[in-house]
Amino acid sequence: MTTAAALAPLERDLATTGNRAWRRFRRHRLALFGIVAIVLMVLASIVGPWLIPFDQLKIDIRHRFAPPPWGGHLFGTDQLGRDLLVRLLMAGRISLAIGFLAMIVSTAFGTLVGITAGYYGGAIRIVLMRFVDAMLCFPSIFLLLILAAFIQPSVTTITLIIAATSWMEVARVVEAQVRSLRERDFILAAEMIGAPGRYVMFRELLPNAIGPIVVAATLTVARAVLMEAYVSFLGYGIQAPMASWGNMLNNAQQYLGSAPWLAIFPGLMITLSVASFNFVGDGLRDALDARFDVK
Amino acid sequence: MKSENVLEVENLSVTFATERGPLQAVRDVSFTLHAGETLALVGESGSGKSVTSLAIMRLTPPAPLVALGGSVLFTGADGGKRDLVTLDPDAMRAVRGNEISMIFQEPMTSLNPVHRIGDQIAEAITFHEHISARAALDRAAGLLDKVGIPDARRRLSAYPHHLSGGMRQRVMIAMALACNPRVLIADEPTTALDVTVQAQILELMKELQQATGMAVIFVTHNLGVVAEIADRVMVMYSGAIVEKGGVVPLMTRPLMPYTQGLLHSVPRLDPEALGLSPLEAIPGSVPDPFRLPPGCTFAPRCRHREPACEAALPTLEAANGNHDVRCRRWRRLAEARA
Amino acid sequence: MANFLLGRLLQSLVLLLIVSIIGFAVLHLAPGGPLSQFALVPGLSKEDLARIAHEMGLDRPLPVQYWEWLTRLVGGDWGRSYRDNQPVLAVIAGRLPATLELMGAAILISVFVGIWIGVMGAIRSYSLFDMLATVGAMVALSIPTFWFGLIVIYAFSVNLGWLPPGNRMTVGGDGSFLDYLHHLIAPALVLALVEVAIWSRYMRASMLDVINQDFIRTARAKGLPERTVLWHHALRNALLPMIALAGVEIPTLLGGALVTETVFTWPGMGRLLLDSLGYRDYPVIMGILMFSALLALLGNLLADIFAATADPRIRLT
Repeated sequence: MTTAAALAPLERDLATTGNRAWRRFRRHRLALFGIVAIVLMVLASIVGPWLIPFDQLKIDIRHRFAPPPWGGHLFGTDQLGRDLLVRLLMAGRISLAIGFLAMIVSTAFGTLVGITAGYYGGAIRIVLMRFVDAMLCFPSIFLLLILAAFIQPSVTTITLIIAATSWMEVARVVEAQVRSLRERDFILAAEMIGAPGRYVMFRELLPNAIGPIVVAATLTVARAVLMEAYVSFLGYGIQAPMASWGNMLNNAQQYLGSAPWLAIFPGLMITLSVASFNFVGDGLRDALDARFDVK
Repeated sequence: MKSENVLEVENLSVTFATERGPLQAVRDVSFTLHAGETLALVGESGSGKSVTSLAIMRLTPPAPLVALGGSVLFTGADGGKRDLVTLDPDAMRAVRGNEISMIFQEPMTSLNPVHRIGDQIAEAITFHEHISARAALDRAAGLLDKVGIPDARRRLSAYPHHLSGGMRQRVMIAMALACNPRVLIADEPTTALDVTVQAQILELMKELQQATGMAVIFVTHNLGVVAEIADRVMVMYSGAIVEKGGVVPLMTRPLMPYTQGLLHSVPRLDPEALGLSPLEAIPGSVPDPFRLPPGCTFAPRCRHREPACEAALPTLEAANGNHDVRCRRWRRLAEARA
Repeated sequence: MANFLLGRLLQSLVLLLIVSIIGFAVLHLAPGGPLSQFALVPGLSKEDLARIAHEMGLDRPLPVQYWEWLTRLVGGDWGRSYRDNQPVLAVIAGRLPATLELMGAAILISVFVGIWIGVMGAIRSYSLFDMLATVGAMVALSIPTFWFGLIVIYAFSVNLGWLPPGNRMTVGGDGSFLDYLHHLIAPALVLALVEVAIWSRYMRASMLDVINQDFIRTARAKGLPERTVLWHHALRNALLPMIALAGVEIPTLLGGALVTETVFTWPGMGRLLLDSLGYRDYPVIMGILMFSALLALLGNLLADIFAATADPRIRLT
């Protein structure tokens, strides 16, 4: 009861901050564009393949390398005569799913590490954050490729591998946030009334660090989509016949001269989705950043 | 008394373009600055005193962010008059740091941390007078000596972080004096310093002024400092001048209730001797610049206000001699006190 | 200064130790662990493998194995490539110049172009130029480097025929400087794209921060021309945090170099990593992983030292 009373003004604060944040976010047109693009891409990937009269796996040797928009193949066909658009949408399911899942796993793990390091401080913090620093010494693509080469690729393993190489930023952001929050009055108040460590960490600290976590998570989706594309492009990620935006580019390089659309469209999809998540992340950062309240 | 005017400020106004619309920070400010005198510009933060001084130097952000109105006539060493408000940027640069220079409130952050102080002083000299870097450094050493920095020649190669706040402010003063300006604008130069250092810097400024004969505009909110250094005083409130006059009449017989309030809020040891009641703050706070009251801007906080005060802004009228006041009731209030 | 150096060196050594533990863990993650390099050798029986494992000390406790591995690593014995039995360090050293050449060119481009864009964006903040630069940087950060490489090859090699589609030099050519340069243009630009975006963003923020400082107002009050105020007074200060950025960016740059090398068949470390992955040449793979982390650590250390010498305020503390 005492904590609830102590926290009431803070909650009121958060509510008005939320309102202002939303207004600023709407002003950010790129972020709005990003949200619309993401929703459209997700919807199209889910619903689209049912609406297109071509099967993603149907091989049609007579109509190989049909340029767009030949015979209803809006985006043309590939080297096996498969419709490129339906494959793009099917690939979108995989690529976006991996992006979202890797984000969830890496954000959860990074948050856990960051909050533990920030809350307990001392030796625990030093060990954990030094580990984060060490992980950041490796070019993440190197680690990613090596792990992918060691481990049998599947949607699950690729997701986990990407998550394993992208949780460090979140951990850093959360740790910094928690460390600064930790000294604030309401946390001290909660500790003084004897709230257990876990309660303080997840009920008091986590909600207050949610802004930076959301921003970092959004940017992690963008990163994960890029990573998946690259690993699959090199043949260590999602394996044929399953399509991902990355592995669709796998063969495109050798047909660059004759069928450039095979390279252009999947790349545009990757760029569009990654840019959308980056735009949203940037908009969220502006919206949630307290420094912008001054003016 | 010879009273050549170095600055004649006429109807100066400064308007900022903000997200909430135009904001007039300085309204219709007129005054003259005589050669060799010290004019104190007094007011609370947000009164427009700093903006006024920056506007004279044209150091306010450029249009369209800020619009300047009115005129600032400056009489140069050659006797020629120029309007600083409309002067082209290159000619303005030739005035800045050369004929008019300025020192600021925060000595800790006003010097460039990555350049040696000797170079920072010398660069103004080489830019304005086209002399060799070596000669400029020699002069910088002389200036450091003049502002009371021991071992001046060796200090030329010091970085700002090697010096204390008081020393840095001395460096700022040396920099401002580098080209023998006719006018020095000091924007709260002692506010950020310890009291003892404050006194030393004030003493130094007085000495230097006597030695060089430059005119000084001293911006401050500290009336104790005003009594010590000023010849004339100008009080600003909400961007406008509310009272100006010689330092003795203004500080002993203030006419505007706001000035009276300011003097009352200065802690002093002998309140009775001056016929003042002990320390009391002015009730209320400075009005929101976006929603200024239609009449006298001080009226909402004034205990002598009457309905007419809130109807229209009174004009700045001459009370006696050179003492001007912007208050429709000053005569009655003065009689009542007498 | 000496204390600062010592502290930073110590910090780097601790990090290096953790980096080596991660490397060791990844090595043991490989199917079959360090033994896997013999798995593909024909004619080896289970007994032979067990004997080799014993000889390699793989049946001993992990901490002991780690210690042995670490001492060998420090002693310069990084193992031998099982593809051609060359020492791993020699293999990496053979590929290093190509990667450094590519990275150097990209750094040069990104530092100059990125800083220029950042400074202009800060001076004219919220102008059309600034907005285009902001959006452009975000889009540039979203383009997959390998795909951008493909598009550049398609446009400038396949269609226009201006630039070679890959390799570091013309095979059987005269090996002249111009030939190298001609081959370098496209991959360097592709690698620089992301870095230009990053540098311009950081530079803009840093410059904006500096031009609102009091000492910039002081410089203007001295009557200095705007050019001097910006490029002499503001830039020096705004560049200080950029030195640290250069250190932090090395892993990103190295990762980008790998991606670029794969598309442009550039004979550097990235290409080597991919080839080694294909051959399951674990000693080389591990070597590259450790070497890249080492490079990053070294870069960070150098950047910190350089930043300390460039900032007069740090000298005395």
